[in-house]
Amino acid sequence: MKKSLHWLVLSLTLVVIGVAAFAYKVSVLGYPLGPMQEEALWTVQARIKLLPQDGPVKLELQLPHKVPGFARLDESFVSKGFGRTVAEDELSRVSRWTIRRLREQRTLYYRAQYYADSQQAGWTDQPGFPDPPQLEEPFDSALTTIVEDIRSRSADIESFALHVLKVLGGDALDENSALFVKQITGPESRVRIARQILAGARIPTEMMHGIRLEDDQRHATREPWLAVHNGKRWLYFNPLTGNRGLPKDVLLWWRGDRDVAEVTGAEIDDVRLSVRRADVDSLDLAGQRAVSGESMFANVSLLNLPVETQAVYGVLLMVPLGAFIIVVLRNIIGIKTFGTFMPVLIALAFRETQLLAGVIMFTIVVAAGLLIRFYLEHLRLLLVPRLASVLTIVVLLMTVTTLLSQSLGIEAGLSITLFPMVIMAMTIERMCIVWEERGPAEAVRDGLGSLAVAAAAYLVMGIESVRHLTFVFPELLLALLGVTIMLGRYTGYRLSELGRFRKLLDFSGSGSSGVG
Amino acid sequence: MGWVKLYRQLKAAGVIGLNARNGNYIQYYNQRRLYPRVDDKILCKKLCQEAGMPVPDLYGVIATQHDAGHLRELLVEHSKFALKPANGSGGDGIMVIVGTRNERYKRPNGRTVTLEELEHHVSGILSGMFSLGGHPDRAMVEALVEFDPVFSDLAYQGVPDIRIIVFLGYPVMAMTRLPTRESDGRANLHQGAIGVGVDIGSGRTVRGTWSNNIIEEHPDTGAKVNGFPVPGWDKIVDMAARCYEPIGLGYLGVDVVLDKNRGPMILELNARPGLAIQLANQEGLLGRLKQIEAIADKPRTPEERIAISRDLFTRYRPAA
Repeated sequence: MKKSLHWLVLSLTLVVIGVAAFAYKVSVLGYPLGPMQEEALWTVQARIKLLPQDGPVKLELQLPHKVPGFARLDESFVSKGFGRTVAEDELSRVSRWTIRRLREQRTLYYRAQYYADSQQAGWTDQPGFPDPPQLEEPFDSALTTIVEDIRSRSADIESFALHVLKVLGGDALDENSALFVKQITGPESRVRIARQILAGARIPTEMMHGIRLEDDQRHATREPWLAVHNGKRWLYFNPLTGNRGLPKDVLLWWRGDRDVAEVTGAEIDDVRLSVRRADVDSLDLAGQRAVSGESMFANVSLLNLPVETQAVYGVLLMVPLGAFIIVVLRNIIGIKTFGTFMPVLIALAFRETQLLAGVIMFTIVVAAGLLIRFYLEHLRLLLVPRLASVLTIVVLLMTVTTLLSQSLGIEAGLSITLFPMVIMAMTIERMCIVWEERGPAEAVRDGLGSLAVAAAAYLVMGIESVRHLTFVFPELLLALLGVTIMLGRYTGYRLSELGRFRKLLDFSGSGSSGVG
Repeated sequence: MGWVKLYRQLKAAGVIGLNARNGNYIQYYNQRRLYPRVDDKILCKKLCQEAGMPVPDLYGVIATQHDAGHLRELLVEHSKFALKPANGSGGDGIMVIVGTRNERYKRPNGRTVTLEELEHHVSGILSGMFSLGGHPDRAMVEALVEFDPVFSDLAYQGVPDIRIIVFLGYPVMAMTRLPTRESDGRANLHQGAIGVGVDIGSGRTVRGTWSNNIIEEHPDTGAKVNGFPVPGWDKIVDMAARCYEPIGLGYLGVDVVLDKNRGPMILELNARPGLAIQLANQEGLLGRLKQIEAIADKPRTPEERIAISRDLFTRYRPAA
């Protein structure tokens, strides 16, 4: 008996590869671990109504770009007749629509789908230090005083910005800050003035424009946000509340002082931003993400396949798991079955019929088939015609069962058609031979064993998260293969053998001098 | 846990399970290409005969459905025979006929079958009904062993046989399998026959096992099963050990029957012998297999191997 660890190395390698690929897909590509998780998919839309004027028209629309906390799934433009280019740089993404002459009122659309993605950091640019603003008196000296005052009370850029917003919010109102507070006419001017004060301390800032993500916002209001760069990254502040941090339901659309849409040669009648929410299966989302091609790994995903093929693979990928269960139940537990993998196929059929109905129908068809098979024995048919007859009888029995359950109003009977009839016919034939050669006890025992194994396989394959895992992460099958190979080298006792050989121990010690 | 304790105890007793037998012995010592030498009973018989070992006569082979029509002519000279699939497994498909009258064939249990039923059985065999993997098979008609009456108290309606596990050519463990009413005259343990351990050294029976229970007496004849000297034991051990050369399988089950006139004969060989022999002997196989593995470093003649085995595996101490 030579010992070789080849199998161990191989199986461990398979397990490691499988688990590593699985971990990569979960942690990096964001595939959902559980089934039926829903994620919000936000459709944001900009609608621009243009009224004709003379001359060539040039329209610039700010597109969402480097949105912190969100990733884009898809986008589309509706702008028939217009030339369109998209200019993109570190800071912004702008769609330019051009047309020689606009003859009538036109409406242009931009539509994009976004989903929450905590890995999207947003803008990562390193802005330069702004020059202090050139203001007239008394503003200039007021600014100096305010900056000095806040600087003395704050520890870092973040607390500095918080203090600025607090001052503008009307707290600790003194005559210096009152000068600035009086100038505030709305959220945007509040941000502008805050930027002015921060520029006084040479702190880089930016105005950001976001929208609230709420379902069915036909008229999403644009919220200006104050962004302050602390030397490492952008910090976002709500100019109205003075709170730091971007809420999860704010999508920053564009940055800078420009308006979302600017036009020459035509008149903008209306720019409307709207939001719509759709709840999608996170798996679908992962699939669509894969289509958008962000990773080589994702490109070979099963989720790219047509839906019907996906359904086939959903079942197919469960088969190795069923086979694994057979390995465990036969080689570790020691249950005997008819045919090695027959129970897996029965278990697959149970998926459609449900367990109880499946077991009942299986028992009915096999028992009835067995009775008829015993009768056929008297006719002395040759093997192949006999098998064909049994198969025909199985199909007839299935038909009868379906018709009966139909008339009785039992719905489960209709799904019996998915039973693997050839396997059933072979089972009946095999059971009949065992019955005659080795007695009814053994035949019934093996039959019940098959049924128990099928039921166990069905129960495991029916676990929703197991189905999800095998389908979304087929690489786990490599790990399963590794474990199967390990079990292939399991040379310990089967559970059933413990009972079988128990009797041997009763006499051990009495006259066993043969063992050296 | 009771299971864990039981597991450890069995391991300590050197009992081997199916996984260990398959994974550690059959996979290593039995080359797949050699399997046909034992799985095909016709080839096996030929190899044994060529090696000079007595086997039951082969009356005829039926290889095609067409030949099945000639079954009657084949059987006309023989009133006692066994009809077997050449590649049967586990004793399935064997039909024993102990007497013939007016084309009524009598089975050991007293029931009779017609020629037509025999023909049907043959065509079942030919179509692979009993063969491993369902491959088309051949049927063989073999002389029925006229079993030695010394065994009649210990066998109910059938031919008892002796199973010896031969490991690398060394007989390591033996038992005799006694048919019972339940086993329908057949000597297969899982069909209800009794297994009685036989001491390799002395050739005497030790305790018996029936349906995994330890017994002292034959359930049908009431005869005591212990301490019975198996007739012709020297010859039996010799034949078993000699099977290694023509067959080549390292882990082999040799089935020997005792014929009234011809003495011990090789009935069949088995590349995957069962493990119930451990129950029949009240001893695990592992210790003995390891003993042989430790000494089987150089080729030895059958005589040398037998001497070693009989020396190592003597358990029965006659008078005490």
